[in-house]
Amino acid sequence: MSATPVRARGSATPAPSAMREGLRLRRRAENLRGWLYCSPFLFFFVLFLVWPTISGLIMSFTGRTLTGANTGWVGVENYAEAFADPEVWSSLGNTLWFTVLSSIPLVVIALALAVLVNVGLPGQWFWRLSFFLPYLLASTVISLFWTWLYNPQLGLLNTMIGWVGIEPIQWLNDENWAMHGVVIATVWWTIGFNFLLYLAALQAIPDQLYEAASLDGAGTWRKFTSITLPQLAPTTVLVVVLQILASLKIFDQIYQMTGGGPAGATRPILQYVYEAGFTGYRLGYASAISYIFFAIIIVISVVYTVAISRRSVKP
Amino acid sequence: MTSATIPSSATTTRARAQQTPQPARRRRPMTPGRIVALVILAILAVMWLIPVVWAAITSFKTEGEAAAFPITLLPENGWVLDAYITTLSAGLVPRWAWNSLLTASAVTIITVVISALAGYALSRFDFAGSKALLAVVIASIMIPGQILIVPLFQQMLTFNMVDTYWGVILPQVIAAPMVFILKKFFDQIPRALEEAALVDGASRLRILMQIVLPLSRPILGAVSIFVFIGAWNNFLWPFIVINRSELMTLPVGLQTVISAYGIQYAANMAQAVLAALPLIVLFMFFQRQIIKSISTTGIAGT
Repeated sequence: MSATPVRARGSATPAPSAMREGLRLRRRAENLRGWLYCSPFLFFFVLFLVWPTISGLIMSFTGRTLTGANTGWVGVENYAEAFADPEVWSSLGNTLWFTVLSSIPLVVIALALAVLVNVGLPGQWFWRLSFFLPYLLASTVISLFWTWLYNPQLGLLNTMIGWVGIEPIQWLNDENWAMHGVVIATVWWTIGFNFLLYLAALQAIPDQLYEAASLDGAGTWRKFTSITLPQLAPTTVLVVVLQILASLKIFDQIYQMTGGGPAGATRPILQYVYEAGFTGYRLGYASAISYIFFAIIIVISVVYTVAISRRSVKP
Repeated sequence: MTSATIPSSATTTRARAQQTPQPARRRRPMTPGRIVALVILAILAVMWLIPVVWAAITSFKTEGEAAAFPITLLPENGWVLDAYITTLSAGLVPRWAWNSLLTASAVTIITVVISALAGYALSRFDFAGSKALLAVVIASIMIPGQILIVPLFQQMLTFNMVDTYWGVILPQVIAAPMVFILKKFFDQIPRALEEAALVDGASRLRILMQIVLPLSRPILGAVSIFVFIGAWNNFLWPFIVINRSELMTLPVGLQTVISAYGIQYAANMAQAVLAALPLIVLFMFFQRQIIKSISTTGIAGT
């Protein structure tokens, strides 16, 4: 099949009409080939992404349950119920609060770690591994670690702050502390990914820029603010977007560390979706909450994209 | 996992060529600034490693000592393997590890194959609708897979895939970012290499297999590792689609043990170590290629 273009190009005396015909065949072959190569991906893409996206939306307008009963059309009833449901708002609030609390350190500290490692101290592999290692662990494992580190009696954290005379903190059992406890564990766990992105971007900055700045008498801080940060701007845009999307999807570690407690103080919206659908058996209602959440994600993304493109338009 | 065997003469020479300026940078003298950086970095590294190291140490304690108060830093009754023996001899941990290996490997292989084919087509073939297709694929990155758990589960019921390996594997194989990353990498490979082969009558598929993919080993390695880590550690989807304990993956299985028996410190830490070890070994082998491929392919700077 792929020999066609070669032969078409090589044919000796092409009459204009034959040439046009050959070109048309070539185009058709190219179209066919393109879609053929994409078809395995497209098959799964349609089956497991496009179709569930559509069927979930349809489901959100029905009274479907996990047992298959009551599949009738209920219109916007699920949405009306969700908007009036205080659990939706509180779990959504928790999710947004978690996103704010976790995203800032996950970007700023990751950048700081990458800059420090990129100074070029000996033992590069050790520094990289230290900060990336937790990212390799499953949520079950890190939840296990942190429930144990936070344990009021047996926990290393309270033991250590005890050495400097601080009273033990009920990290995961106190409504005021639980979210912070989850955020600390999450920063520790996932920072490696952003760290790696920043490290790779730092290594791509040409040395000549720094050499030229040195000749002009720029100090370390000046070089950081005038060269490093601007050169990292595209990476920062990417890291922030990926981080916000990842933080909004919080479920695993909260479900395993606090179960959403105490008193719902850490319960994220995805846990509420899970509970409504799989322990409350109301798939239709769970879908409606999912789509409200999806709409909010789209709004956040659009706002962010607009803000970024506005800023980059300015000189 | 097969695609994770990266080092070839081509990649290592390229990696070496890119590293040439680095030894000079590395041998810089220890100025006060660098000493401060070293100290801060060392403190942070210790903070990051403490939980892992403490867990590893605890896995060598007896259950009694691990749960004792006040806590001991090192095993005072000697280093014992009790926790590992209990974990590996009784219970389903080895089975769960096998399930994780099987499903994560299948997800990785399928993802890399279908993403590479699509990425190659989007990079090289000028076919009708390719621009629209690329736009749709990129836009789909915005759809958080987690919101689809409800309709996906319904779909799995229809396909009779609840409580099967395929039910775990198939919904995880769509990775739009990977298609995009591979397309961008293929874009950078000079077309002249392929044109010579085309004139010689090689098929497009053969060119992909014998010219393009071998040149893409670093990025294929990085993509494979990230997909593998994601699939190995995925919790929510296997948790929803699998109910039978023999079919659970390691993260889901461990979660059921912990919620059923409460925390058994030494045993759980041994399980955690066993669950993490394969990925740590994998990363240690390939970390340089991973960072190189991120920086040379522009994953980090779109």
